[in-house]
This record gives sequence, structure tokens and C-alpha cells, in this order.
Amino acid sequence: MRGFWRAFSRNKLAIGGGLVVACLFAVAATAPWLAPWDPNRPDVKKILEPPSRQHWLGTDQIGRDVLSRLLYGSRISLAVGFVSVGIATAIGILLGATAGYHGGWMDGLIMRLVDLMLVFPRFFLLLAVLAFLTPSIWTIMAVIGLTGWMGVARLVRAEFLTLKEREFVLWSQSIGASAVRIIWRHILPNAMGPILVAMTLGIPAAILTESGLSFLGLGVRPPYATWGNILNEGRDAIELAWWQSLYPGLAILITVLSYNLLGEGIRDALDPRLRQSVGRFGARGR
Amino acid sequence: MSLRVSLGRLGVLAVLVALGAGCTVDPESAAEPAPLVASTKPAYGDTYIDALLGDISSLIPTITSDGASHTVGGLIYSGLVRFDKNLVPEGDLAESWTFSPDCRRLTFRLRPNLTWHDGQPFTADDVVFTWRTIIDPKTPSPYKADYASVESVDAEGPGVVHVNYREPYAKALTSWSTYMLPRHLLEPYVQEGRIREAPQNWSAPVGTGPYRFVSRRAGERIVLTANADYWEGRPHLSRVVYRVIPSQATTFLELKAKGVDSAALTALQYQRQTDYPAFKRAYTKFRYPSNAYTYFGFNLKDPRFADRRVRQAFAHAINKRELIDGVILGLGREATGPYKPGTWAYTDKVKTYPYDMDRARRLLAEAGWERNADGRLVKDGKPFTFEIVTNQGNDERKKIAEIIQSQLHELGVGVEIRIIEWAALLKEYIRKRRFEAIVLGWGTGIDPDQFVIWHSSQQAPEQMNHIGYANPEADAALERGRAACVREERVKHYHRLQEILAEDQPIVFLYFRDALPVVSSRIHGIDPGPNGITFNFTKWFVPRPLHRYTAG
Amino acid sequence: MIHLAPGDPTELIGSEDPTTIQSLEQVRKLYGLDQPLPVQYWNWLKRVVLLDFGRSFQPDGRPVIDKIAERLPVTLLLNLIEMVIILLIAIPIGVRSATHQYSTFDKVTTLFVFIGFATPDFWLAVLLQILFGSQFGWPISGLRHPMWEYLPFWRQQWDFISHLILPVTVATFGGLAGFSRYMRQSMLEVIRQDYIQSARAKGLDERTVIGKHALRNALLPIVTILGLSLPGLIGGSVIVETIFAIPGMGQLMVQSVFARDYPVIMGNLVIVAALTLGANLVADLTYSAIDPRIRVSRRGRR
Repeated sequence: MRGFWRAFSRNKLAIGGGLVVACLFAVAATAPWLAPWDPNRPDVKKILEPPSRQHWLGTDQIGRDVLSRLLYGSRISLAVGFVSVGIATAIGILLGATAGYHGGWMDGLIMRLVDLMLVFPRFFLLLAVLAFLTPSIWTIMAVIGLTGWMGVARLVRAEFLTLKEREFVLWSQSIGASAVRIIWRHILPNAMGPILVAMTLGIPAAILTESGLSFLGLGVRPPYATWGNILNEGRDAIELAWWQSLYPGLAILITVLSYNLLGEGIRDALDPRLRQSVGRFGARGR
Repeated sequence: MSLRVSLGRLGVLAVLVALGAGCTVDPESAAEPAPLVASTKPAYGDTYIDALLGDISSLIPTITSDGASHTVGGLIYSGLVRFDKNLVPEGDLAESWTFSPDCRRLTFRLRPNLTWHDGQPFTADDVVFTWRTIIDPKTPSPYKADYASVESVDAEGPGVVHVNYREPYAKALTSWSTYMLPRHLLEPYVQEGRIREAPQNWSAPVGTGPYRFVSRRAGERIVLTANADYWEGRPHLSRVVYRVIPSQATTFLELKAKGVDSAALTALQYQRQTDYPAFKRAYTKFRYPSNAYTYFGFNLKDPRFADRRVRQAFAHAINKRELIDGVILGLGREATGPYKPGTWAYTDKVKTYPYDMDRARRLLAEAGWERNADGRLVKDGKPFTFEIVTNQGNDERKKIAEIIQSQLHELGVGVEIRIIEWAALLKEYIRKRRFEAIVLGWGTGIDPDQFVIWHSSQQAPEQMNHIGYANPEADAALERGRAACVREERVKHYHRLQEILAEDQPIVFLYFRDALPVVSSRIHGIDPGPNGITFNFTKWFVPRPLHRYTAG
Repeated sequence: MIHLAPGDPTELIGSEDPTTIQSLEQVRKLYGLDQPLPVQYWNWLKRVVLLDFGRSFQPDGRPVIDKIAERLPVTLLLNLIEMVIILLIAIPIGVRSATHQYSTFDKVTTLFVFIGFATPDFWLAVLLQILFGSQFGWPISGLRHPMWEYLPFWRQQWDFISHLILPVTVATFGGLAGFSRYMRQSMLEVIRQDYIQSARAKGLDERTVIGKHALRNALLPIVTILGLSLPGLIGGSVIVETIFAIPGMGQLMVQSVFARDYPVIMGNLVIVAALTLGANLVADLTYSAIDPRIRVSRRGRR
């Protein structure tokens, strides 16, 4: 662990990323106090006002404060990132652990499922699933999670294959510990590092995916202020009101960038060799 | 998608040509003066490039209601009658028509020597065939209801058609503006119920209209060319290209880059992005009320909204002026009822609901809603909260819902907003009556008959009185207005209907938005009127020195 | 599956015009949506094998496979061009960053890589559209000039290419970042290998060592990665085609979702998956073609 911190603290980019992520959390948590205006309160006398002292980042097409909407939007983005990655990780661990521990036909079955899922371009799969569901913020999170667990499953399985032959696992088996207990108490804690990295790199992918869907009009629905929604609404007025398009885009860029830097930093500090298996192209989510 | 398409085009090109919708010109800004050009002599040639917000879904528009298909179809096909600049019916393929004294028999006399694009003669048999096709249960046409009271359609020789009605039907003449279909090509497909599979529906439409189909690239473009044999003479613009550009933002960029000659502007583009000299030189902007209104509707089966005082209170609490200013930057007019100001059935002598929060509060108090300590309205211990649903893909309605939410908040009423794709909205909410309030719109056709929307008998799941409105007086007005055969008599009934609706406020009528088309200023001959601009498309021309595209 | 959805597709045919909703029941019967669910599903599965996805719910009612077929070439072409461009740029960048590790060049490209990863492609697309399309007069949307049919041959080709510039730029941006990063990594690992060191020790000049021995081995994993990343590339077509109004499969997918056109959605999904499988196969074959070890072992088997 000490080695991890030493390595991590040498990586300035990763620390920067971590700080920005921490700030984002603070902003999301305190958005109601930080936001100077009610993010959903229209004011038709202030349509598309450029940035000013009153409205630091200007107003949108029905006179709402862009800064306040961005601040509230960070909550949705973080929530989508966390919940969907949580779902993906849970499924990934469950299936990966089962496959790795059980082996045999079960392993084959689960890995074929993984292969099958990986054959579909994720965005196409997402759109297809969304066409069958009633749109809500929860369905978006669930669908992003349900289409993103394959990497984690592979990872966990690989860890299990190597760990399951170690002495402490063999010893637990010999004294008759149950499979669930062995997985939970011995194997999972040892596999936590790579899982953590995969999660950190999965969150920005989920955020990009959600904002892309929202931009198309198929993501989180208004009146929720999400970054993708603000961009979608701003597109019609982009030449007139650059502030409505520039800032949410930057917000996404910086958030995703920070998560990626943080994730890569954690990975390199944990074990440089992990590069091989984790997060090769995890960060874009298409 | 189809909704966005039909709404985007509504009142611009699509519905005008197809359904013959009505528009009056705003006296203040009907058309900004077109720049004077040396030569204004009509000339043949040049290409007109228009934008479609979605690809056409069918080249036989009789079986679809999407706006793009009707825009394109309107140039390929023609009907027996059409509507002139002032929405007065005039003969198209029919030279003349007569009603029998009891209004139950309509006789058309067709123009002589008409031909289809493939050279075959157009005859009365084609008219009978078109009617049979539409009412055939195997044909998926959305226009069947227009012919429900037709008893028979008979050809008398090649040039005369008799239509017999079971009872007088006020929309009879309007319904015969429907596109005529070629019997010699489509009959086998229609009989087998495969009209959608006919080549005429995809790659080889044959009509009687001013333009012939040349080619199409799916999702990209449709090309038409002038029909030299058109009965009114060859149209001036030699070629029409429709480009499929599925976004108003992109279309506007293309417009400025001269990639299209015409586009429907958004309010924001019209008001704030098109007033610089270069744009004004290159384009002529038009503005006239469209034939669709937007409303804030209630589920009248909900006891809270069944109380008329609550609805009236909301009508008072919603600042329509502010709504029009905020959502469409003032480019529309307040609606007092379901008829467009300026049309013959319209009356302004109805109860109106000026913005008045005190009156709104009083009405709500009378209905038993009291303000509690937090400033929220409560009745029997329950706070007044409800959900507005509207459809995805329509920014205007989203904004309306958001503004209403904030305006009713001041009354102490809590409002949630839910935005659902069109298909889901219809099936899960509208059809099942599982909504509390909606923000949607209705198109108003040329004829004022709105039986299917307001009559108490029209409340089955598939039918359109989904708010559950029932008022015997309104029923009577609708029935009489529909069966009366003289306009003077109909006017009385529709004025009465508007008074009842205004008093009842089954929905809060919000506004008729303006249609905001722009057309390249090199196009001459545009004659804006109550019927919009495209009714005389065949007369549009580009003076020879201004020709941009020489091909063809 | 269709009935899980909150909207029956037939309703899209209706609009708000009062004349329309009434005929929906007839339309539903026409499309066979009144059949029991398992029957519908089994029939669909049987036909998928034969690439028969049924007919679109749109009023044109065309076979789904026709609709896909006319849009497939565009998407395929775009993705091929993107892939070629990515490789052409990413490989030199990766090699140079690896051979000049920690140089300014390496640092700049690393920065570029991270930013490229993090830039939302739809945002970039809209910005470029405004900047280049609106300000500099490049083609803004579509694939061809409105009067394309009447241009001379070479103008036609140039017109088509010029329409592809912006979409291809956007689509390659993210992929470029990933590949150059991966190429760098792969190259770094190879350079550290013994045989490279010994090649150097033998006095071969650096250019030969890197260009011939190192590069070849570093490219091997790239081929696999290329196969693996193809779904991501194709997935990106959804955004790019939608914004630039390019009539490809991505645009068709979005439109079909809005229209709840289930046969087209399912057909699209199957075809896209088949594409990915095909690409993986090609990657495998390429891999064995350029991997000396595999070739040797094959010869040995003979």
C-alpha cells in the first residue's frame, strides 16, 4: 500500500485529476448552495443574455441561468456515472467470479455471453434497448450499466483464475469454507485493485455516453438539467449564444479528462503491468 | 421523428399543398419587401432547392400523414379541387362541380385531355379507383374518416363523377382535394392489399401534378423535374431538389451557405439571426399564422380538473403574452378557441381570461383550494400537485411546460414535467387516459368541423376526445354545424361552439404560432395570402439573369 | 419483445391531425402485431438467418434489408477511411513517442491523447460545423452537392471527398488518440526486448532496427486492437452521421428508434454485429499473415 502511495504521489497528472474529481464531488454536493439562481426558473425577460456579473455564464433560451444549470447538471452526470458503473461492476463481479471460480461449462457459457455482448457496438445496443423502454433517468443508468459489464467480468475472471490456486484459497477450501465465503472474504479483496481501476475508467465513459444520448434527445429527459441536455438545447442558438454550448462541453471534457488521468494514475501505481488488461479503450464508451 | 417532421413543416409547405390549410397574412409583416431586380419577366429554368427535416416515408402520400411525404407528393400529384390564395376552393383536375339542392350529391366535371405522367389518360375511373383505394380496409390510409358518409362514387363516362352522401357532409368538397391515384398502375396492388409495395410508392410515382419524379437517394435527396404536359402549362422552375437535413440548426447553416433556397425558421432565427444586410439581400422572409394551435389540456376525469373553476383559474394564472414572448419571441397570437383568427368560423366575441393572479386565487378558493402556511394550495389535506406530459423532440412544448410550471408555482400549485417520445406518449398516456395534464397541439384543417375532437361520443381509447370533454350544448353545436349545408348557417353553430368552449376552458388555448418560411430572393412570383405561400408554386420563377443552376 | 415497449409502432403513423388516429387498428392487423408474442418472436428468428428482417413499419413498408443495404456502403466507407487515417497517423506518432520517450513530442502527444479521449464527439462536431462550414464555406452536411449529378466527373469526386472531411475528422479524433497511445506502449515494450538490444549490438543502424524489427513486432497487437475497437468506431457513426446528415446506418438507427420502427432496429443491430464479427475475422487473418511465429508453426505443421 505504501508503495502504491509513493508511486501515485509522483504522478502529478493523476493527482491533478484526483483533485478535480474531488472538487466535482464537492460541487455536486453543494450545488443548491453554490448555484446563484434556481436552475429551472425561466425568466422570459432575460432570454439568451451573454455572460454578465449577474449571470456569470449567461442565460439560456428561456432565461435560465446557465451556471446554475451546469452546477445542478454535475449531480446528474456524477449520479449517472456512479450508478451505471455500479450496476456494471456488480454484474461483472458476479458473472466474472462465477465463471472464474466455477470453471467448466459455466465458465464457457458466461464467456460466450461476454463475447456475444462485445460483438454489438455499444451505442447501437443502447439505442436498441432504449427503444423498448419508458424513458427516465433510471432506465438510462440501468441500460448504460447493463451494456458495460463485460470488461469487468473478464477482468474478475482472470484474477480469479490466478488467485484460486494460491495457498490461502486452497487452505480455506480444505477446511470446508463455502464458495461464497471464499469468494467474498479472500478472492475479492485481492482483486479489488483492478476492479477499482476499471470503475474509475468506466465512470467517464458512462458520462460521455449519457451526454451523447441526451444530445441526441434519447438520454435523460428535460427538465433535468444535464450537460448533454444543455448542449442539446444550445445547439439551435450556438452562433448566437456560444456560452450555452461552450461551457457544458468544457465541463464534460474536464470531467472525463480528470477521471481518466486519475484512473490511469491509480492503475500505474498499482501495477504497471495492468495496462495490458484494464482500460485500453475503456474511456470512450462507444 | 414523424411528429417533428410534420410539425416543423406544418403551415409552411407540407400541409398547405396537401391538406389545403388556411393562413391569414399578418398585416404588419406579411412579407418584407423583396429587393427590386431589373428583370422580373417570368422565365423558365433554374433549380429550386428545398430542405426536408426528415426523409419522405412514402411516395403515395394517401397512405401516410408525415409532412415531408405530403410536401413532395403535393408537387407530383393533384386532386379534383384545390384552394386558392384566399382559401376559396377552385377546380384542379375538375373543371367545375355542383351540389344537389339537398347537399347529398356532389357532381364533378373533369377537365378534358388530362394525362398521367406516363402519358395515359386521366379519367373518371381513376377518381372512383382513388376512393375505393382509400376506403379499402386493406389500405392503411389515415384519411378514411373523410369518406365515411360517402354512399357511392359513380363515373358517368370518362369526364363526370357523381359522389353520393348518406347525409349532408360539410367537408365533402374539401375531402376531394385528395391526390388522385392511377388505376392502370396501382389496381392489382390495391386489390391484394399491397399498395405499400407498389413501385409507385418507392421509386416510380406517377401522378397528374406539375412535377415529375426523377430520382431519389434514401436519406439524402429527392429530385423532381417540371411536367411539360401539366394542364396549367409547364411550371417555371425547371427542377426541384429536396435535401433531407434532419435538424433545423443544420438547415439554417446550409441556408446561410446557400446550400438550400428555402427553410422554415425558428423564432430565434427569425428574430435574432436574420436581420443583417447580407441575409436580407439573399432571402425574403415571410410570416403568417400557421394553422395549428398549442394547448394546455387537462384530464377532465380527474375530479380536480372536472371543476370548471380550477380550469378557469389556470387560464387566468397563465400569462399567455409572456408565454408567447418567451417561447416563440412574440411570433404568434393568443388563441381564444380552436379556430384561427381571420378564418370564417372564428369569432372573438367570447369570454377571455386576462392574466390575473387575484382572480385565479379567488376561483381556486371558491373551488375549495386553500393556501397553507407554506404557500401551497391544499384541499382536504392534500396538496395540489400534478404532472404535465408532453412529447420529446418539440422544444416549444418543452419550454411551455417549463414556463407553466413556474407560473403555477406562484399560485402554490406544484407541477412536475415528463417528456416522452411520441409513440410512448400516445399509447401509455393519451390512449389509456393516464395523464393529469398535457401540452400538445391540434392542427386546424380548412373546414371548421371539429366533431372528432369535442363531441362527447368520441371518447373511446382510439378516438380523439382524450381529455374526456362532454357538454350537451357543444355536442348540439357540433352536430348541427356538420350537417348544415350553407355556410351562413354553419357560422352560427361554430360561434356558439366557441362561446361554450371559452366558458368551459376544457383546455387552456395558448397560441397560434406563426409560420416563418424564408425563400431565396432570386425566386419571384411569390404571392403571400391567407393560404400561405406555396399554393402558387408553379408560378414561381427566377428571372433569367439571376439563374443560379443552369443544368436542365 | 415488441410488446414490452410503451409505444406500438403503428401509432407513429398517426400525427395530430384529427383524421389520422382512427385507422391504427387496421394498420396493426396489417403488420401482424395482433399475433401471440412467441409466434412473432419465432418467426422473426427464423427469418433472421435468411437476412429477412421483415418490412419496415414506416409507410413505405420496404424490406428492412433493402433499407440497410442502401445505407451500409456509406457507413462502411466512412469507417474504412477512418481506420486507414487512424493507422497512417497513429503509427508514426506512437513510434516517435516511444523512441523519444519523455521528449517534448512525447509529452505533447500524450496531452493530445488525453484531450482526444475526453472530447465529446458531438460537441466537437457541432463546433467544427460552425467553424469550418459556416465561417470558411466547407460543406456543412450531406454527402453531395445538390447539383452533384450535373458536375463533371472529377468535380464530383472532389465534391464527395470534401463532404467527408469534417465527419471523418470528428470520427477519427478519439480513435487516433487511443491508437497512438497504444502504439507507443506496444513499441516501448518491444524496444526493451533482448532481440532489439542484440540487433543494436550487432551494429545495425537504428533506422533498420526500429523500422524493420521493432515496428513489425509492435504492430502485431495493434492488429488485434483494431479488430476489437471496430465496434467502437462503428458506434461513433451514430453521432457523426446524425449531426452531419449522412444517410448511413447510424442515422437510420437513431431515426428508427424515434419512430419505434422495430424491424429496422433489430435488423440494424444484427447487421452491425455481423460486421464486427467479419472485421474480427479479418484481423485474425491479418495477424497470422504478419506474425512470423504463426507462419513458422504453420509451415512446420505441413
